[in-house]
Amino acid sequence: MKKYSIFAIARNARTHHENWERAWRSPDPKPHYDVVIIGGGGHGLATAYYLAKECGITNVAVIEKGWLGGGNTGRNTTIVRSNYLWDESAALYDHAVRLWEGLSDELNYNVMFSQRGLLHLAHNVHDMQEIGRRGNSIYMNGIDSEFLSPEQVKEMVPIINLNCRYPVMGGLLQRRGGTARHDAVAWGYARAADAMGVDIIQNCEVTGFKIEGGVVKGVETTRGSIGAGKVGVVAAGHSSVVAEMAGFRMPLESFPLQAFVSEPMKPIVDCVIMSNAIHAYISQSDKGELVIGGSGDPYISYSQRGSFDQIEHVVGPVLELYPIFSRVRMLRQWGGITDVTVDRSPIMTKTPVENMFFNCGWGTGGFKATPGSGHVFAHSIAKGEMHPVAAPFSMDRFHTGALIDEAAAAAVAH
Amino acid sequence: MFLVKCPWCGWRDQTEFSYGGEAHIARPLEPGQISDQEWGDYIYTRTNTKGIHAERWVHTQACGRWFNALRHTVTDVMWDSYKMGEDAPTPPKDWDGLTCCDDHKKLAEGAKK
Repeated sequence: MKKYSIFAIARNARTHHENWERAWRSPDPKPHYDVVIIGGGGHGLATAYYLAKECGITNVAVIEKGWLGGGNTGRNTTIVRSNYLWDESAALYDHAVRLWEGLSDELNYNVMFSQRGLLHLAHNVHDMQEIGRRGNSIYMNGIDSEFLSPEQVKEMVPIINLNCRYPVMGGLLQRRGGTARHDAVAWGYARAADAMGVDIIQNCEVTGFKIEGGVVKGVETTRGSIGAGKVGVVAAGHSSVVAEMAGFRMPLESFPLQAFVSEPMKPIVDCVIMSNAIHAYISQSDKGELVIGGSGDPYISYSQRGSFDQIEHVVGPVLELYPIFSRVRMLRQWGGITDVTVDRSPIMTKTPVENMFFNCGWGTGGFKATPGSGHVFAHSIAKGEMHPVAAPFSMDRFHTGALIDEAAAAAVAH
Repeated sequence: MFLVKCPWCGWRDQTEFSYGGEAHIARPLEPGQISDQEWGDYIYTRTNTKGIHAERWVHTQACGRWFNALRHTVTDVMWDSYKMGEDAPTPPKDWDGLTCCDDHKKLAEGAKK
């Protein structure tokens, strides 16, 4: 892998930028790998990267049924934060934020991580009580967290209308929160993992598993059988489908969640603003587009579309809060399939099949955790035991009752 | 963004309805006799089908009655609904998930003519 730098740009300018090496190879699958990762999104690629880098396991394949980062990695609203209520979540999501902080350097790939601040609005007494409890809890976990008065909110976001149908009574600010470039995260991890020998195999859909005596031995795919010592499934919205192939069911339901971007415009919002009560979060990309997300559809679906009435539920409150956007035109709208657990916390777990691990259930907010999730999941696969940070997120919690209830901090009211 | 067939009111827009999750999940008859694993499965584990899904709906904005329905979760087209307590209808094996039962019948009749 040739290092990206200002000198590389100068060198390649001499040849009219025609000789840049490909960011990663497109190899044919080998007959056997020590670890096969199913799912070439951010979490899967990060898992492969940390397996190679920190666990010394380089005989790894990432298999992806479509193209890299074409699922939820390319469909989210790119928000990064760690303002969660419970200790388990704080440990996991802040681990991710700390990795985000050094990620561009580490990968030699600009993931455009921008800690522009993440502001969570409160519109009523219940919201104020919720941010009061959560804000203090976050602070106690050593994560930055500040309460803002409506005046301070106005100072930070001058375009906001404080006295609208959704009056702003206060806000919870995490200054270390922000956004990152979602595609770059997938591409950066893919390039760095590939350089250490990880095979990234696209257009390769899993059709079944080879399981002998309760131990996974390999994966059947549309590009033939691939032997595997261990299998890590990071299939997001399709986790239940993959689990069914392996013969068990998951405590998951898949819902479409949509997002949209506006036409590009001059800088006007320099932080991320979100709100539980009114299902709308908004930020502005470096390209100038407003990136807007809202709530999921209320029924399970794999349609990757999302319904029109949900758009209205999001756009209405956005215009109440920011009337200045009333004539902004929307450019694109899309949907992703989010695998949601009942406690809105992810599942990182061993499964009834020996040597098969699942990392799923990130629901509506997996992007922010990409580096942390990949890091602890890689260590869990390598060791065969869940990493201490990942252990509380095991599937066992759905029958022991030790749920990690983050429905409020999910920032999309469920 | 699709139509739901209420057994009493007919085809209406989905926004008139509320979704009630997977259908036909029976509460264990003797909760005290089963393991934590089985109880957890009953409460939390779902089939989450990609394909034909049996699910509950309630016509919140109109008659207020609950019913079951079969819907294709890739195309979001509902095949048919049926009353609580009735057996689920069986869509044809070659159903592509693109037409509802009524349209399917009309198309079949048209083909005969």
